[in-house]
Amino acid sequence: MSSVSTPPELAVRARGLSKWYGGLVAVDGIDLDVPAGRCFGILGPNGAGKTTTMRMICCVSPPTSGMLEVLGQNVLGQNVLGQGVGGDRRAIKRRLGVVPQGETLDHELTVRENLLSFAAYHDLPRHLAAERAGALLAFVQLTDRADDPIDALSGGMQRRLLIARALVADPELVVLDEPTTGLDPQARHLVWERLRRLRSQGKTLLVSTHYMDEAAQLCDRLVIMDRGKIIAEGAPTELIAAHVAPRVVEVHGVDGLLDAVRAAVDGLADEVEQVGDRVLVYGRDGQGIVNRLRAGGPPHQALLLRDATLEDVFLRLTGHELMEAGERAGDG
Amino acid sequence: MTAELLRWPRASPRAASRMLLRNATLYRRSWRRNLLPNFFEPLLYLLSLGFGLGLYIGREIGNVEYVRFIAPGLAAAAAMNGAIFEVTYNVFVKLRFAHLYDAVITTPLEPEDVALGELGWAVTRSLIYGMAFLLVMLALGYVQSPWAVAAPVAIALIGLAFATLGMIYTMLIPQIDLFSYFFTLVITPLFLFSGIFFPFENLPAAARWLGWLTPLHHGVELLRSLVLSGAPAAAAGHALWLAGFSALLFPPAVNLFRRRLIV
Repeated sequence: MSSVSTPPELAVRARGLSKWYGGLVAVDGIDLDVPAGRCFGILGPNGAGKTTTMRMICCVSPPTSGMLEVLGQNVLGQNVLGQGVGGDRRAIKRRLGVVPQGETLDHELTVRENLLSFAAYHDLPRHLAAERAGALLAFVQLTDRADDPIDALSGGMQRRLLIARALVADPELVVLDEPTTGLDPQARHLVWERLRRLRSQGKTLLVSTHYMDEAAQLCDRLVIMDRGKIIAEGAPTELIAAHVAPRVVEVHGVDGLLDAVRAAVDGLADEVEQVGDRVLVYGRDGQGIVNRLRAGGPPHQALLLRDATLEDVFLRLTGHELMEAGERAGDG
Repeated sequence: MTAELLRWPRASPRAASRMLLRNATLYRRSWRRNLLPNFFEPLLYLLSLGFGLGLYIGREIGNVEYVRFIAPGLAAAAAMNGAIFEVTYNVFVKLRFAHLYDAVITTPLEPEDVALGELGWAVTRSLIYGMAFLLVMLALGYVQSPWAVAAPVAIALIGLAFATLGMIYTMLIPQIDLFSYFFTLVITPLFLFSGIFFPFENLPAAARWLGWLTPLHHGVELLRSLVLSGAPAAAAGHALWLAGFSALLFPPAVNLFRRRLIV
């Protein structure tokens, strides 16, 4: 499967892109440059505006204002009913593959028929559709389930089928809205592995996620979104280097002892922060911080020394965590 | 917003046919299960009312045996039902529960293509049920006029009128329970009072005027004039009424469908 057309340098370009629902702003004037041929992430908590941004890019939600170009074509210029000129949505969607956040498979059809029906919506000739369906079922490791009903598939299999469905017309840009939310660790790794393979085939991937490890694993570049705005942009390592010290010591079981921790690591720590029931100490010399806390810190339950992550970047930039405590417990 | 709902939608028939084909593929798999109940219902009415009641009410209405009088009307009702179930329950489930359309509109199909495909499929089902019933009438010798060759067009017009009407209702309701109002307060009264079971001519003017406003009445009279009496001029009038009704309802049906999906 290959595209002959030469991709434009940017797969998506947005300037001042906004979306309002009544009096509520979902996306608040964002600028976005998604380079072609890369995996680009939108990282942010639930409600940050990730899905709305992706729906606008997929031409199923007209922007309220701003400029939006997808694969070199203008999306704007339409009212709610899709009337008015500018932007040929059909032409853009022909070159787009979409993996939605929810499960939207056709439950009245079998696994293979799901792919064939989408091939028909893309107006592919029958022999090509059959060929693609076979190849994609192999790609997502569902060949032996080809004639099964959708209800017989596990959550991970359904997600893989959604990915195969998005690829049926050999799109240049694949948009994935939280592709591994709700999957167990093994299923997630299998999805990531397939997505990396797609990127190596030269496809542009646009992935939204609220998992910082997913963003770090997959994305060459990413933006961090919060409350409808983009608050940082860069490669994962760049973002970490730019916003937090490289090492983090998590101090557990020190409720109300923030000042005592701060005093113990004075001079070594760049930053000390209370997050829920933990205190995070950022610095260059992680082991030095650990030694200080062991020798002269307040009584604590546990110390954990680790590298700084995108989660820390998010925390530093927004003052709140990427996921609520309940979500964190739920997804292991 | 209201003015926009009345604008003629830009749907692509080719794209719409893709949606229709998806439904046809499914139907081919389950048609035995689906066709029989829908097919038997009007047949049971024909037996019960045509033969049973027909015995008691005297033999003729306007020189026509009672069972022959109601048969074309029941064919019109079969056509109505074929379309209406498709655009009510089936479309609602695909829209709100299965989220199928959300996925389909990320392909080159636009919501108006999908809506056109669903309306087209509803008309196809009208044709299946209406024509099946007409074939039974033919076998029983109830098809009396050569104008009956135009019956498929009549059935498609009835199907389209009810497909657009039902689609609008489906797009406006927030919960599936609300279909019971539509069936109890719209479809059932239409079935009972559209002149299937008794002629309109002798009713008071107000009732006749009210009947003239409803699509099933024109569907019943259209089929009756084609199959029974062979009155092409009357048939043309009723066909025009149905075509006008559909043309009026088609834009809001499609535009409301778009508004449900594109937010």
